Amino acid sequence: MFTYLVRRLIYVLPVAVGVSVICFLLVHIAPGDPLTAIMPVDATQEEQAAMRSAYGLDKPLPVQYAIWIGKAVSGDLGKSIATGRPVADEVFSAVKNSLLLAFSASVIAFPIGLFLGFLAGYYRDTIFDRLVTSVAITGVSVPNYWLGIVLVIIFSVQLGWLPSMGAGPGGSGSWSWDYAHIRHLILPAVTLAVVPIGIVARTVRALVGDIFSMDFVQALYAKGLTHGDVLFHVIRNAAPTALSVMGLQLGYLLGGSILIETVFNWPGSGFLLSNAIFQRDLPLLQGTILILSLFFVGMNLIVDVAQAAIDPRIKRS
Amino acid sequence: MSKTDPRSAKADRGGPNQPLIIAKDLKKHFPIRSGLFNRQSATVRAVDGVSFDVKKGETLGIVGESGCGKSTTARLLVGLIDLDEGHIVFDGDGLGEDISLKELRRGVQMVFQDSYASLNPRLTIVDSVAFGPKILGLGNPTGRARDLLGRVGLDPNRFADRYPHELSGGQRQRVNIARALAMEPRLVILDEAVSALDKSVEAQVLNLLNDLRREFGLTYVFISHDLNVVRYISDRVLVMYLGEVVEIGPADVIYENQAHPYTASLFAAMPSMDPDNLTEEPPLAGDPPNPIDPPSGCRFHTRCKFAEGVCSAKTPKLSVIGGDDTHQAACHMQEPGSGHSAAIKEAAE
Amino acid sequence: MSAASDTAELAEPVVKTRGYWSGVVRRFSRDPVALTCAVIVLALILAAIFAPYLGLNDPYHASMIKRLKPIGYPGFPLGTDEQGRDMLSRLIYGGRLTLFVGLMPVVFAFFIGSALGLVAGYAGGWINTLIMRTVDVFFAFPSVLLAIAISSALGAGIINSLVSLTIVFIPPIARVAESATAGVRSLDYIDAARASGGGALTIIRVHIIGNVLGPIFVYATSLTSVCMILAAGLSFLGIGVRPPEPEWGLMLNTLRTAIYVNPWVAALPGLMIFITSLCLNLLSDGLRSAMNVKD
Repeated sequence: MFTYLVRRLIYVLPVAVGVSVICFLLVHIAPGDPLTAIMPVDATQEEQAAMRSAYGLDKPLPVQYAIWIGKAVSGDLGKSIATGRPVADEVFSAVKNSLLLAFSASVIAFPIGLFLGFLAGYYRDTIFDRLVTSVAITGVSVPNYWLGIVLVIIFSVQLGWLPSMGAGPGGSGSWSWDYAHIRHLILPAVTLAVVPIGIVARTVRALVGDIFSMDFVQALYAKGLTHGDVLFHVIRNAAPTALSVMGLQLGYLLGGSILIETVFNWPGSGFLLSNAIFQRDLPLLQGTILILSLFFVGMNLIVDVAQAAIDPRIKRS
Repeated sequence: MSKTDPRSAKADRGGPNQPLIIAKDLKKHFPIRSGLFNRQSATVRAVDGVSFDVKKGETLGIVGESGCGKSTTARLLVGLIDLDEGHIVFDGDGLGEDISLKELRRGVQMVFQDSYASLNPRLTIVDSVAFGPKILGLGNPTGRARDLLGRVGLDPNRFADRYPHELSGGQRQRVNIARALAMEPRLVILDEAVSALDKSVEAQVLNLLNDLRREFGLTYVFISHDLNVVRYISDRVLVMYLGEVVEIGPADVIYENQAHPYTASLFAAMPSMDPDNLTEEPPLAGDPPNPIDPPSGCRFHTRCKFAEGVCSAKTPKLSVIGGDDTHQAACHMQEPGSGHSAAIKEAAE
Repeated sequence: MSAASDTAELAEPVVKTRGYWSGVVRRFSRDPVALTCAVIVLALILAAIFAPYLGLNDPYHASMIKRLKPIGYPGFPLGTDEQGRDMLSRLIYGGRLTLFVGLMPVVFAFFIGSALGLVAGYAGGWINTLIMRTVDVFFAFPSVLLAIAISSALGAGIINSLVSLTIVFIPPIARVAESATAGVRSLDYIDAARASGGGALTIIRVHIIGNVLGPIFVYATSLTSVCMILAAGLSFLGIGVRPPEPEWGLMLNTLRTAIYVNPWVAALPGLMIFITSLCLNLLSDGLRSAMNVKD
């Protein structure tokens, strides 16, 4: 187990470096000069050159990368061009809100997905199975940014029950678990939960259905185990895969909530990112993508290690 | 170069006394990687110093338990895996010196055990058989393929355009034989080629193989764990144990008189039709030892009831049995002066 | 001839030879759900292509007076948008860019990813390591984030959207192609073909492509729905198709302000995305079972 953990860590390093290289290069594949946004229109050649060297843009790319990653490792992601605040501060306060949203969506999605998936796998090829399958395929097919708008139309515009945007009184910085705040969380969290409900239900259905058709289930019944005992064995066999799917979905929720956050003006990392896109705030864009993708890499790592820890079949290799 | 002329590979260049293939000290070790940095932590000695030759026109049977290196030896002979050490000489031409791998493969073809996995499921059988001739640039590959299908007992008008899943196991193995023959080989290696077939179908395919051998003047290396089948088809038999040759000799001689205790126990395990010849106790206990860490000295000593001190200390060499130099066994009991109590004390003076 | 004489086992009823593809077509044609979805997707594509011949209103013609008219307004069956342009016309014309940008990246990624996966899976060794570790790096991004990151760096535009979405879908396809190829490569018939003297390229062409392309193709079709949603999502964010072109994601975005005035017209472009993506998913499922591809 320890060897596996260390190997997995060693394997994740080059991936993390690769991810950072891509984030770094993003700014450089951008057409035009990264400085145009902050450069005065009438800047002379000399002023431009001075600016260039001040930002280190006159050095060769590998050197620029080394400087950038060196700073990034020590927590310095540069300053936002739009606000002048450190990118790291902006990103971390936004990521907190995104995590809040992602976890809330998971709390809604995972139990529902597991429940539906298990029942559909158990009652395979019945009406119930077909119903769950339809719900699941609808869930994975719906463009969730549109679903968010539809929910706003129904529950905010028509019924007036829930607010349509923002994170509650006090803006982005002050979250607390009271009604005034939770009201704002409901619609975006439900919207975000729809896709993972579909994915978890589909996966668990296939998983449980396959396990029930395996010979060992027959053998357990033949041994005289009660129905409940057999179910326990089936669940134990399905658990590692189901957990890893849910872990990955949590990662996707965090990285994929950009569109939902835009729809609901939720002050998370996605909202930050879409602002950065509009203002062509490249340091902010770069920093946000780096943090989000590294978070996803970390999530994958945790999922793999956790799966290895509970699944005796993958101790080796 | 005249050697690349496809027809020259067919010619009997070395004369009738030159063995068709000589395998000299073949070695193939597979690394086992594990640990933090995928370092090589152990090796499986799948084939460890195997030497033999196959005469023109004969059938050499190779027998042994699963995992003894039979199939690895086969794949080495066709060049499907690279040799670690050793030499292969094909009709007097050394592989890598006088002939290339490509030229070797022209002369040596193989039929595999799994008749389904050895046919491309998306190709009709005539296309599968025609693939080799097409690569070689032989004229009219489809015509050749149809002709060969007929020769292996599959009427081309009925079978040529079928897919593998539309044939029975025996029919598929006939296709595989036709596919091997399409390369006009001189040596065909049959790696458990009939083992997966029903007994009745097996007999038909064995008869077919015998007929084809005569018709095309083929030489066979016939690998099997079924001693009855090997006896039926082979002129000589080679017995392998844990990657080594323990005994080799004419089939009649070995089936009457096994010089190596391992060969003896293999034959004792063979089901007999004679009611007086009952198998009272299991002739071989347990599984073969792990080839990752084979026993010292004679590799069979851990399971041999005649084992003595010398057996774990010294590796026996192949020595001639009973003055007949075609029959050899690697056992200290057969080696004069080896130190084993059953051995002759000194070589005859 | 003696070799052909022992034909005992051959005496069996002759079955009509059936290729793989005729079986696929037969199974697919017996799947009503998949057939319906195929018809809908085909209809959307045809309507988009032949939009100019359908006698629709000019999708670019704006009118200050006729803004945000409801569904069923005379002359505008599906109402008008925030600039008074005909919604029905814009939705049908919108299919052109939406479907193009939503489907083509998977097509490109299918070719590039399959090629990479085939090479990596057949060659093994350091070539495999080089290709697959690079793929791993791109795989380490959530697809939405990667698409948005590249698109926002490149800027809005159809070509840029195509490029970024293609990059997003190459890694998953390359992975599937690699594992399918490695699986086929270990089968005996590849060894037999190698023993017949076939070179790597010939073996890939004759013996591997035919056996791995099916599973890769089915997998790629399962990505089309995600790609549609992502492509429209990029336009929704303002980093895809530029106004005033009709495109469903962009229309959804520009109509957002209208949800208080005429909510159901505002929801129409999203409904189109939803219907298309649902049909693409069901179509992919149908293909999967018709082609006998296991996960």
